[in-house]
Order: sequence, then structure tokens, then C-alpha cells
Amino acid sequence: MLVVHCPVCGAEGDETDFHGGGQAHVRRPATHDPVNVSDEAQRDYLFIRHNPKGLHFERWRCDRGCGKWFHAARDTVTMEFKAFYGITELPPRELMEQATGEWATYFKDKLKAEAKS
Amino acid sequence: MSNKPYRLAQGGSRIDRTKKVHFSFDGKQLNGFAGDTLASAVMANGTKLFGRSFKYHRPRGVVGLGSEEMNALIGVGDGSRHEPNLRATQIELFDGLQAVSQNRWPSLAFDVGSLNSKVSRFIPGGFYYKTFMWPQRFWKHVYEPLIRKAAGLGHAPEGRDPDAYENIHVHCDVLVVGGGVAGLAAAESAAATGARVILADENPQFGGLADIAGGSLDGKPQTAWVAEKVSSLAAAENVHLLPRTTVVGHWHHNYLMLFERAADHDPALLREGAPRHRLWKVRAKQVILASGAIERPIAFANNDRPGIMLASAARAMVERYGVSPGVEGIVFTNNDDAYQTALVLKAAGIGVRVVDSRGRAEGALVEKARAAGIEVAVSSVVSAVEGNLGVTAVRVAAYRKGQGRVITERKISCDFIAMSGGFNPALHLWCHNGGKIKFDDGLQSFRPDRHQDPVTAVGAANGTFALADIIAEASTAGEMVAKRKTKAAKVKLPKAEQDVQKPLEALWFAPATGKYNEGNKHFIDFQNDVTVADLELAQREGYESVEHTKRYTTFGMATDQGKTSNLNGLGVLSDATGKSIPEIGVTTFRPPYTPFSFGSIAGVLTKNLFLPIRRTPIYQWHADKGATFEPVGQWRRAYTYTGPGEDKHGSINREILAVRHKVGLLDASTLGKIEIKGPDAAEFLDRVYTNMFSTLKVGKCRYGLMMNELGFLTDDGVTVRLGEDHFLMHTTSGGADRIAAWLEEWLQTEWTHYKVFVTPVTEQWAQFAIAGPRARNVLAKLGADFDLSHDGFPHMSFKEGKLGGYPVRVYRISFSGEQSYEVATPASMGRGLWNAILDAGKELGIEPYGTEALHVLRAEKGFIVIGDETDGTTTPIDVGLDGLVSKKKADFIGKRSLEQSYLKGPDRKQLVGLLTEEPTDVLPDGAYAVKQVKDKPPMEMIGQVTSSYHSPTLERSIAMALIQNGRARMGETLSFPIEGGKVIRAKIVDPVFYDKEGARQNV
Repeated sequence: MLVVHCPVCGAEGDETDFHGGGQAHVRRPATHDPVNVSDEAQRDYLFIRHNPKGLHFERWRCDRGCGKWFHAARDTVTMEFKAFYGITELPPRELMEQATGEWATYFKDKLKAEAKS
Repeated sequence: MSNKPYRLAQGGSRIDRTKKVHFSFDGKQLNGFAGDTLASAVMANGTKLFGRSFKYHRPRGVVGLGSEEMNALIGVGDGSRHEPNLRATQIELFDGLQAVSQNRWPSLAFDVGSLNSKVSRFIPGGFYYKTFMWPQRFWKHVYEPLIRKAAGLGHAPEGRDPDAYENIHVHCDVLVVGGGVAGLAAAESAAATGARVILADENPQFGGLADIAGGSLDGKPQTAWVAEKVSSLAAAENVHLLPRTTVVGHWHHNYLMLFERAADHDPALLREGAPRHRLWKVRAKQVILASGAIERPIAFANNDRPGIMLASAARAMVERYGVSPGVEGIVFTNNDDAYQTALVLKAAGIGVRVVDSRGRAEGALVEKARAAGIEVAVSSVVSAVEGNLGVTAVRVAAYRKGQGRVITERKISCDFIAMSGGFNPALHLWCHNGGKIKFDDGLQSFRPDRHQDPVTAVGAANGTFALADIIAEASTAGEMVAKRKTKAAKVKLPKAEQDVQKPLEALWFAPATGKYNEGNKHFIDFQNDVTVADLELAQREGYESVEHTKRYTTFGMATDQGKTSNLNGLGVLSDATGKSIPEIGVTTFRPPYTPFSFGSIAGVLTKNLFLPIRRTPIYQWHADKGATFEPVGQWRRAYTYTGPGEDKHGSINREILAVRHKVGLLDASTLGKIEIKGPDAAEFLDRVYTNMFSTLKVGKCRYGLMMNELGFLTDDGVTVRLGEDHFLMHTTSGGADRIAAWLEEWLQTEWTHYKVFVTPVTEQWAQFAIAGPRARNVLAKLGADFDLSHDGFPHMSFKEGKLGGYPVRVYRISFSGEQSYEVATPASMGRGLWNAILDAGKELGIEPYGTEALHVLRAEKGFIVIGDETDGTTTPIDVGLDGLVSKKKADFIGKRSLEQSYLKGPDRKQLVGLLTEEPTDVLPDGAYAVKQVKDKPPMEMIGQVTSSYHSPTLERSIAMALIQNGRARMGETLSFPIEGGKVIRAKIVDPVFYDKEGARQNV
């Protein structure tokens, strides 16, 4: 039974007061270019998810509190939450740098873009 | 046998000899003393036999001293208060206690099932898997009932549990698990920092084994120190002591469950209304695990006979309860600690000899034993036990480590054995949530290594057995919480004195003469009857992984969760394979540490509190009218109103015909209602519905379909445009909460730039359907301040105004195919308007109708119901509603998935109507259509019935079905085999059975 913290309303509670919403930062291709979504892109969007051992990024909803969705960074081995951040935000920079595997690939461009700006 | 042959003349720190207690065991009236456990009281009466084992039905007695007890499982109480499978060593005696032994028939001393033991060479490890394989049809009627009948343990209570149970949620700074010397020292130093401390112990008294462990603190017996600490902790405001409370599990982020047996020990408390059990759900910042250690049995031939106990248990019998385990005993050990038992027995005047497997025994305790005149045989093992219902003699053989078989033996008469194979730290809670462990060569056992959560193990649980070390370690652990506290207080540690013990020597198997599994069983797991031979057989058969061996032999899988058997099993496997124990690995420890009651899990959430019920404003009227209720989600909706002299079939038909020919009134308040408001509301609806809503004119209604992202139908309903930026969405009754949350999710996570509010308003409105050819007349009679004419208020339009004086929103929409108005008024006025409608409609013949009539009416019209005609893999095209899937909109939820090739295949199941050849045959819901009827399954299935009713309008049965390629098969006749070998044949037709043109709703 995890302890979850809502970054929107500040509520802290058992995970049963929240709702886990699966992997974070999944891009919906049809929102951006509805006419050019390949079968493969649609399949990946619907079904292909990261399953890292270690640092992971996921979506949660403050079910019994403010009702808002937010993001969380969690270690899947120790179950420790590393950060809670807004639903439209990227994780803290140091966590993007710590990410491994598919997440590292995903955050590489984001880190570059952040460095430029 | 004399009246109390085993109660010693004196001694017994726990019992009060002035207070006699009467109880019954297997119907026999017996006496004990206040402070006795069931185990000590029954043994004091001269009985050693407590039960029969699970598989072989072998006679069994008490082995342990607390929760590790695996043999003496007892049922307590009768009728609805009966509780099975309790450990006799933990049952506190009270006046009137009724206890029964388990797994025996017809009696404990003579048991038919014990024949299993005689044929045991034919039921080796993995027996179930090998024997009951085939023929497969034997499983249901022969094998399973046979196994279930033979398998033991107690029976469930009868009737409803009369007692109360509680759940409590608590946060604390420190939870100390176990109230022995280590736990008390840790709690004391943690409490001194000002931390909020909970100290839980599964026993009625704190102190753990302090009373039987010898040694002293500050020159006084350990018990004096314990008493002092318990009273000061009890007085401290920041400390909560929980005796009789087992910490049953540890989960993520230091979440723990504590099972408190609050009133089991005293029926007077129950009578006063106290809860029987309490389940504490604790979130602790820090856990200090002081759960102690559990003594290991030794695997020698017939080591399960009644009268063979753990050395610590035998010692506790004498010292705590003044009960002698026998007259003449053998202490069989591989360590120094058991010599304390020998000394205690000797001091109590009981005959005792020591058999020590080690080549050299020379610790301080050993010397004390020798000095006391106790015979000590080193390099020796117990190689055989004689006696069946008890021990009559043992044979003792010379032994060298690694030796597999004995050649010469000598016989010694005795009537009990106290065995000790060393101690295992109780690691269960450490491991429940992923704590790592390491093997300790000195202990020949595992001890804690690392843990991801803030958990610290101290004392014996950490493999620390010397008294001074235990106190120092526990006190330091308690102080650690001071890092977060302002108040730092150093506790003065007592000076510990104790006999120094020499190391033990591992003994996983004591050899015997002859083939050791024939009449000579070396038990590892007593509760599941797993022997050394079973484990070795599994090894030979190729079960290399210890997890596989565990499942194949069932070792460690009984209700005791392998407390006494796990490590011994690993030791046997280590000997058998030549691998070290760490190489063999450990099996997984899972909660609970000991079984706990379902009542404590449920707490107060039973009966009416089990599930909240949602009621519409008209609920009481329905109930008064004698309605049958149907659960729809958490709602209770009126199913039909059956009057005097009517059956349900009759009332449903009457309600349907009233709607078709006169007028009906339905309570549709449960219908999901969501207000969607904001400048981007129309565009948002275009995203979530398959069809277009931005083109809907203000004051108009439109039926909409919703898909999920996979392209499958998820909900449907009519949405009304109340204003330019303001819509009211109707959803299915069961889908209202889900759809509102789903809309919010899209707004918050995907189209975050939309300015839209989503507000569920289902319960704010009472809503009724007035349907039938005379519907408009009812509205006219009520008096409306808006135009009621067909031209002024056509089908699929909306009006807001006053009706019979009530403020209303009226939607001209129809789920019955008749002229129909859905009237919504604020919930508080619902009952008033309902009555007004009934009064106004009286002379027009208005009749209330329920959900079954509603469903038949819609089926006659071929309208789908999400969840009936769809099953989560059904697309709009499958149900023939492709016309509602927009081709103009660039993007909406599910659009791209619907274009995937696999949703366009030719063999998709499509919605069709069915007319049975025999009009009175009503197809069962879910009946399968088969390609070809055969004598017996399997038959190839090509689809299934989704809705099926008798239609009083058409005076025949009708059905809808999803059939492979169904629309291309119009006119074809399909076969539906149903129960009893009958086959119903039905013709595929259009799913709209009545008024195909939709003329009736449009007048």
C-alpha cells in the first residue's frame, strides 16, 4: 500500500484514495496529425509500454481529493516515489538524467531542448 | 491414569492455583487453572494427543510454545461462534471454554484415516499430481470429493457471526513488533525521544522468552526488568501497548496490519459488547522488528510422536504452567541452549538425559548440567522412537557428522523428548515486503540483510542472541528515531549477565537403521506431512528449484507457513545436492504471519454497510407499490409492479401494453446526466462522440455513440444543446460516474487547452419518461407554459418551463418508440411532480412501468443497450450504426483504431434480429448459434443471443444476436442448442421488429 502525494491539492494518502493511470508521457498521435497515423504508431500508442526495473514515470489521479491528474516518478524496485509533478510537466531535470533504457531515449530530446532554452 | 498426573506440586509463573477453571475438550469436562493455555491444561490432565495429521492421520501432540505450533490445531466454541484451526498453545483458558480436536474420525485415539500411514509408501511426495491425472472426467466426481473428504483441518462455523469486529487506522512514528527484551528496550529508547510508539506482541504477556531464558539484568532476574519496563511504558502517554496482537503482514511504505484478539480470552468482554477482533492498519515511519526466533525441530525417525516437543516448549510447560511433559525425558540437541531445559527438568524432579549430536559439548550450561548429575551423551543422535500414541522408548546411536546410517543402537525407556536443532530468526515480516536476507554460518540460519523500507531488526530476529548485545542493539535502534525528534534522551542500559554458549553444529537429519522411510518417517513439515524422503524424492525426480520442490511436496505451504520447517527442508536439500543452503535459495515468505479472521477484515462493513445503495427520489413510492427491485450499479430500480392476482410475467406484459396503447410512466432518474459547459464544449463533444455535435442547434437533442480509444463502444445516450456553450449529456445509468471521470481525464491530460467544465448532475434531477400515444394529453392536463404541439415541440427537441407548476426541463426523446417526453425536475420536487403526473394521467389510463418493460419496449424497436448488445469488443459498425460514425471529423476518440484492418474483417459478428420458428420459444440470453448441430460439444459457434424476450405487442418471442457476418445472412435459419439436448431454430431478420418507419414517436 503506497503513500501517494497529490502535487495539486497537497493531499497525502493511501494509494486506494488515488487511481493509478499507467505510464506517463504517452503521446496520442491522432491529436497532432490525425490523417497520418501509421498502423504501427497507433499500435505503439495503444499497447506498447515501458516496463523498467528501476526509475519509472506514471500517471495518477487524486480520486478522493481534488480529482486532478498528475505525474509521479517511482522506483519499481524499492517502490519509492522520487517526485510528483504536474500533468502537463516534464519530470525534474535530475530524474530525466537518471532515467535509463527507453526512458533515457525519450528524455534525451527533452533535455536538449531544455538546455537550448 | 490419575486425575492430574502431570501437574507438578509447585511452580508455574503464569498460573493462579487458587482459581480453578472448567472447560471441555472433545466433550470431556476437565479442569485447569487461570493462566493456563489449552495446551498446558490438557497436558496437565494427562493427555498428549491433540489431533491427527493432515495426510497420514498420524497422532500428534503439542510441539511448540506459541504461534509456531503446527500440530495441536483446535476448534473453539460452537455453532456460529465456532472458530477452527486455532493453536492450542495460544488459546487462553476461560471458564466454559469448549474445544474440539480436528481431522479425526470417529475418535482421536482410533482414527480410520490413519490407514493412510500404513500405505504411505504408496503415497509419496507429489502423490496427488501423479495419481489423480486421468481419466480427466474422474476429477469432478471421484478424485476431488475423495481428496476433500480425506484432507483435514477444521470445519467452518454455522450461521451468521453474532460478534462485532473493528478496523482501526493509525499513524505512528515507531511500530515495535514483538515485546520481548529487545522490543521493550527499543520501545523504551524510542519513547524517550518523544516519538509516538506502538508496541505489539502476539502473546497476552510482554517479555517474550525472558522468563525462561536464564541470565540476569542489573543482578535481578530478567522478569523483574520486564515488569518494570512494561509498567513504565504503559504509563507513558506516547506509547500504546497492544498485547494479544499479531503483526500479520508488512506492505509497501511501512504499511502493516495488526490482528488483535480483543475478546477471545474473556467471554464477559463479548457480552459487554466489545469487538471480538480488531484489525489495526498502521502506517509507521519506522518499524523495529523484534519478533524473536523460532526453535528448529530435528528430523529423526518418527519425530512426530505425541510427547516430542521443542526444548523451549518443554521448559515453558514446567516453568510457566507447572506442567511436566512426562516422567522420564530425553533432551536431544545440537546446541547449548537446550541444556537449560535439561536443568529445569532436573530441578523439577523429572528424569532427564541429554543426547548431543556434537563431538564436543563444553559450554558453561553443559558443565552445569554435568555438575547437576545429568547424563550427557555426545556424538549421539536419537535414531528411533518407539510408541504410537505416545513415546515409550528411544534408541540412541553413535553419530559423526555426515554419517548416513547407524549400525549400533542402545534403547532407553522414556515418555517424552525435548528437541532443539538451533534457532531461526523470525524473518517472515522482514521478507513480506522484499527485505533481503543472508545466511549466517554461526547460526546455520538466515538473518536480515538489507531492507528498502525504514525497518530495523533487533535481537534474536536479527540473529543476536547474547543478552547484553540484544539490549544494546535494540536501544540504539530505538534512538535512531531521535534524528527526527527534538528531544534526545539517552536511556541507561542495564548490566546483563548470562552463561556464555558455545556454537551449535548443523544437524539436518538424524540417521536411522534400515530404510528410513518404511515405518521410520523423518518429518520436516509436520502440518502438511512432508518427510525428508519426500524432499529427496523430489530432488531425484528433477525438482531442482526450491520453489518447485515446495509446490510439488507442499512443504512450507500449510497454515503455519513453514515456521518450523522451511530451514530444515533447505538443510535436507543441501545435504541431498551437495549445494550450500544459500545456493539452494529460500522460498518466498507471504502474509499473513498467522491466519486471521475474515470478521476482522470485514470490520463493520457488513449487512447494510457492505455496499452503499443509491435510491431515487421515488424509491419509497416504488417500494410502497410493491415493486420488485433490480440492481443497476449501486442503484435499485423498479423492475416491475406486480399487483394482486398477477405474476411478474403478467405485470410486465400489462406495463408494456399500457405504453403501446395508452400511456406509461417510468422513473428514469438514474439515467446519467452530465452538464458540459464552456466555449470549447461543442468541439470537445466532437472529440468524444463518434458523430457530430457542433452542428446541433440550440434546443435540439441528438443520440450519440461513444467509443474508447480501441474503437469499441463504451457508452451511448442523448445529448441536448441547452445553449450555445452549454450541453446536457445523458449516459447509461451504470456508466454515469465512469463517463464523467473519463471526460475529465481527456480534458486534463490530452486537450488541456479546452475551456470546458464537466459537472455530473445525475442526482440533482428527478427524471421521468411519459411514453405512449396519450403522453401529450398528460402534459396538457398538467398544464404547460410552453408549446406542446407536435410542430412547436417536435421529436428530438427540448423545452424549459413549468409543468403543473413545477420547474422542468422536457426532452422529447423516446426509448420505447412511442410518443415520449422525458421530464426532469429538481430532485427535491421529484416526488411531487411524480404524484401530479399520476393524478393528471389517471383518467387517461396512465400506468407506471419498470425496467423490464422498458427493455422489452426498446428491444421491439431494435434499440441497443450498451453491455447487452455490446461486450467491450463491439464496434459501431458491428451493431449497424456506421451511419453515426462521422466521416467529416478529422479526429475523435476511437476513430483511428476503427480504421485498423482487424476491425473490418468479414467474419466480425454483426447485430441481427431473430425470430424463432416456434413463436412461444424464448431463446435463453447468451445462447450460442452453432454452425452445425452435433450430438455433443464441441460444436463450432458462430454467434450468441444478446437480448431475448416475449413481446406482448407482437404476441411472440423476439431476440437480438451478434452473428458472424450476420447482415449478409438475412433469412437464414440458425440452430441454438440449449440445455437438455433441445435445439431452438430461429430465422435471421432485421433487428427492428415494430414500427420500422418510426412513425409512432413522430406524431
